Amino acid sequence: MTMASAFEYAPAPESRAVVDIAPSYGLFIDGEFTEAADGKVFKTVSPSSEEVLSEVARAGAADVDRAVKAARKAFEKWSALPGSERAKYLFRIARIIQERSRELAVLETLDNGKPIKETRDADLPLVAAHFFYYAGWADKLDHAGYGANPRPLGVAGQVIPWNFPLLMLAWKIAPALATGNTVVLKPAETTPLSALFFADICRRAGLPKGVVNILTGYGDAGEALVTHPDVNKVAFTGSTAVGKAIARSVAGTDKKVTLELGGKGANIVFDDAPIDQAVEGIVTGIFFNQGQVCCAGSRLLVQESVQDEVLDALKRRLSTLRLGDPLDKNTDIGAINSAEQLARITALVETGEAEGAERWSAPCELPSSGYWFAPTLFTNVTQAHTVARDEIFGPVLSVLSFRTPDEAVAKANNSQYGLSAGIWTEKGSRILAVANKLRAGVVWANTFNKFDPTSPFGGYKESGFGREGGRHGLEAYLDV
Amino acid sequence: MSEQNRLSVYKTYKLYVGGKFPRSESGRVYEVTDSKGQWLANAPKSSRKDARDAVVAARKAFGGWSGATAYNRGQVLYRVAEMLEGRKDQFVREVAASEGLSKSKAAAVVDAAIDRWVWYAGWTDKIGQIAGGANPVAGPYLNLSTPEPTGVVAVLAPQKSSFLGLVSVIAPVIATGNTAVVIASADAPLPALSLGEVLATSDVPGGVVNILSGATAELAAPLAAHQDVNAIDLTGADTALAKELEIAAADNLKRVLRPQPVDADGTSDSEDWPASPGTHRLTAFLETKTVWHPTGALGAAGSSY
Amino acid sequence: MPTTAPAFSDATASDSALRRFLFGLPGVDAVGLEARAASLGTRSIKTTAKAYAIDLAISMIDLTTLEGADTPGKVRALAAKAVNPDPLRYAPPRLSSDPLDAEPDRMTPHTAAVCVYPDMAATAAAALAGSGVKVASVATAFPAGRASLDVKLADVRDAVAAGADEIDMVIDRGAFLSGRFLKVYEEILAVKAECGTARLKVIFETGELSTYDNIRRASWIGMLAGADFIKTSTGKVATNATPANTLLMLEAVRDFRAQTGVQIGVKPAGGIRTTKDAVKFLVLVNETTGEDWLDPHWFRFGASSLLNDLLMQRQKLSTGRYSGPDYVTVD
Repeated sequence: MTMASAFEYAPAPESRAVVDIAPSYGLFIDGEFTEAADGKVFKTVSPSSEEVLSEVARAGAADVDRAVKAARKAFEKWSALPGSERAKYLFRIARIIQERSRELAVLETLDNGKPIKETRDADLPLVAAHFFYYAGWADKLDHAGYGANPRPLGVAGQVIPWNFPLLMLAWKIAPALATGNTVVLKPAETTPLSALFFADICRRAGLPKGVVNILTGYGDAGEALVTHPDVNKVAFTGSTAVGKAIARSVAGTDKKVTLELGGKGANIVFDDAPIDQAVEGIVTGIFFNQGQVCCAGSRLLVQESVQDEVLDALKRRLSTLRLGDPLDKNTDIGAINSAEQLARITALVETGEAEGAERWSAPCELPSSGYWFAPTLFTNVTQAHTVARDEIFGPVLSVLSFRTPDEAVAKANNSQYGLSAGIWTEKGSRILAVANKLRAGVVWANTFNKFDPTSPFGGYKESGFGREGGRHGLEAYLDV
Repeated sequence: MSEQNRLSVYKTYKLYVGGKFPRSESGRVYEVTDSKGQWLANAPKSSRKDARDAVVAARKAFGGWSGATAYNRGQVLYRVAEMLEGRKDQFVREVAASEGLSKSKAAAVVDAAIDRWVWYAGWTDKIGQIAGGANPVAGPYLNLSTPEPTGVVAVLAPQKSSFLGLVSVIAPVIATGNTAVVIASADAPLPALSLGEVLATSDVPGGVVNILSGATAELAAPLAAHQDVNAIDLTGADTALAKELEIAAADNLKRVLRPQPVDADGTSDSEDWPASPGTHRLTAFLETKTVWHPTGALGAAGSSY
Repeated sequence: MPTTAPAFSDATASDSALRRFLFGLPGVDAVGLEARAASLGTRSIKTTAKAYAIDLAISMIDLTTLEGADTPGKVRALAAKAVNPDPLRYAPPRLSSDPLDAEPDRMTPHTAAVCVYPDMAATAAAALAGSGVKVASVATAFPAGRASLDVKLADVRDAVAAGADEIDMVIDRGAFLSGRFLKVYEEILAVKAECGTARLKVIFETGELSTYDNIRRASWIGMLAGADFIKTSTGKVATNATPANTLLMLEAVRDFRAQTGVQIGVKPAGGIRTTKDAVKFLVLVNETTGEDWLDPHWFRFGASSLLNDLLMQRQKLSTGRYSGPDYVTVD
């Protein structure tokens, strides 16, 4: 999808030969790859082509039990290691990730469908940085503000989503190991490969057996993991519905829980915004990773006095987005992660149209195989529309307008979610006043979708609880 | 005139909601006795509707209280200590009767409770620096994390420690700007209801603290399920109730502070209230907000070309 | 900016009106602008696209010599290079896999112009006569511009009389930075009046304006005053053309055409030395203003050493081997 131009970019595909994908993979338990107890497997496909990439063991309750036992066994020695030694393991992991980042970027792009540009320039650098950051905490926990010698919790059961498979793994595993916990992690069923690659990195780093266990599988394995009686800590990133179920399941236990759930982020553009950068921020906010981002700026709140100007510029800009082969270095918009997700996006967009919102999709040709959705805007959206309230988790932006800052804040906060928000204005005091009133865990002012291992991330309200990243992220894994 | 000849004036204990002292809308009361079973007073037996009204009041008060300066909140909490100091005798009497303590032991408890207000008064303008700060991100951005109050907090006050425990759970909640709906100890609600009178005269804005007496489970259930309550402190719940309430609280993902520790039989709280409280009750009801902003350069000359 | 064409005559009615107009333009967030420019810089331009870009870039070069040591001989040498950049016609057999094989042999294009000081304009005009390569002359007391208006206008007249097809003027940065925007505007108007049929390029010296907000304001002054091109730099200060300041100026001409229907060219100048850099700038053009500007009439590179790098890359594309400096001309 490009402007008709004399300057047609020739295909510039990243070589997929840089990464070897085995025809089948086992579960990673106690330092070994192993079949599921009941021998079940599932296939993982490339969402851009529907090609089967590999066949992966499907964990069941017996495997969860085995992995938790391995983690429990490993916990005693791992938690007793001097922090400086744990740190060195994590530094090793960070370095190996850096060395192998091109392989991992290609693997992630193949399994997830997101553009190589993003895995190469965003996911992988952040993954390595996250391990590097928490490595340094391992021997400094006394100074983290949680009292002297804060203790780890034990075995952490971690369930992560498919939108940033390796980055979410890093957000979970790095702080858990730095604080002396051992982990059992279940990646999403549509994106198991990078976690298994990571398991191999753990082996290469010499990480003691059982400290990290990776169980590929479906929701049943995740449920078995978070409800396992010998798990001390549950960390989940995913949908709010599942998050609530987990919150219920741990009631009455001693399990510590952190949840990173859904969002419906408001991106507020005032009439004195730096318009060109705001347009870029809107695009980044909702089309980064095909909008499959919990903190996406999926609601554009634009001041009425600049609405037409902003929408014209936005549509012009969206027409330059290049949708297609995720391995092509020039691709801006990749594939939707799965047929199920595509169906969900499609259904919500149909609801939006049925409810009278006005749909505009960027003119583009969708590949004939794989799961694709064109970048889409809804205008004439009100707070009452489903597309203004429900998380779509796709490349679909709902545009609402406002007249005054008060109205902008009221509309932004009018959501059961509270994960992210954006503010665009050149007036510093307005940024501070609006940021202060927004009920959201991350506020990006004159930027959007920026992440850093030092920066705490997490939501208000039904977007979950707890923070990941920074000093704050340690608390979730310490008995404090 | 001899004291024995004077008929004393009984006190009608009332709820404290939205800065006012209503009776329960249900018109119900229950008998409150001392530790030996002697009748002390009637307390309002609050209903679900009283709980609902209290949430409305707490929500209404949240904007102003959370928007007040930390210095101002500190002074207000300190004012509570000042007011209590002047009414110490009353609280010593009520605590002694409620908890079956000697007058000297009750006095020690009341002193500790007053000091606890002072402790938290001093935290209001410090917790932001302890729990927040600048994050050194790898890019041209200023990145600040600030703790903010989570909103309306339902507080199940301890069942045993009717005053020191009560103060120990209320003060940290409101110190950071939250507003509270408090369910007093079911058997020993009188110090809590009297505390309402002190709060009302201590510059605490109406609705910031709302105090209900009655059956804990009956009041806690609607609060745990209430979609406009942001967090719940289960300190006063027994193990079974705590689990039930935590399940209900998951419906809107309330922040939950579990009771701990509980007695071996799981019946009630047994926290070491006189001990130095630390900050965990402050941080339990805070949200961390992180704000990013580009820093840029002084001019446009910084590019690499 | 309103989407309906504004009454721009009002904007320039007085110094205060012009100030209000310029300060009403949307601000520029430096980090966001640079991030966008950098992001476009990661486009991967390969094979056919690269071949296209190289030839386009060659055809957009204002091949420049602006030295105190310039002589007629130097200018004639440069003119010859501009007309015929690849005289060695170094064209060994192509690789069979060469994607360009399908195309007929393509001549190396000539550059857009030769850019010289006014006293060299006549020499350049004589050397370039009939070639299609334009004569561009800097003027207005280039590069500092510190002379009276009369002197600057005389400089322009000289250059035009000597046969310059294009005039590259500098704005009065002193006036701009002290807030006398109308003076800047009126000076451009006066120069434009002296240009006759010559096309006027207005140089802002972005490195001296310092901020992106200033660059946007200067762009609008230039466009309102009738510039045919807006140009970043003289090449004589520390910071010249950058992807970010060029992106910003491309946004300005894009917005100006959207509001007035008038198309204005952009010329980054100074510091663009490699093919890789030039291709990044063409990507900026392609994705900001679109293909209407992918034409030497609307986009130029003010450069000298860039040309040889483009030629070597061109040879690499056609032979599959890396070229070397002995296979391009040194002028």
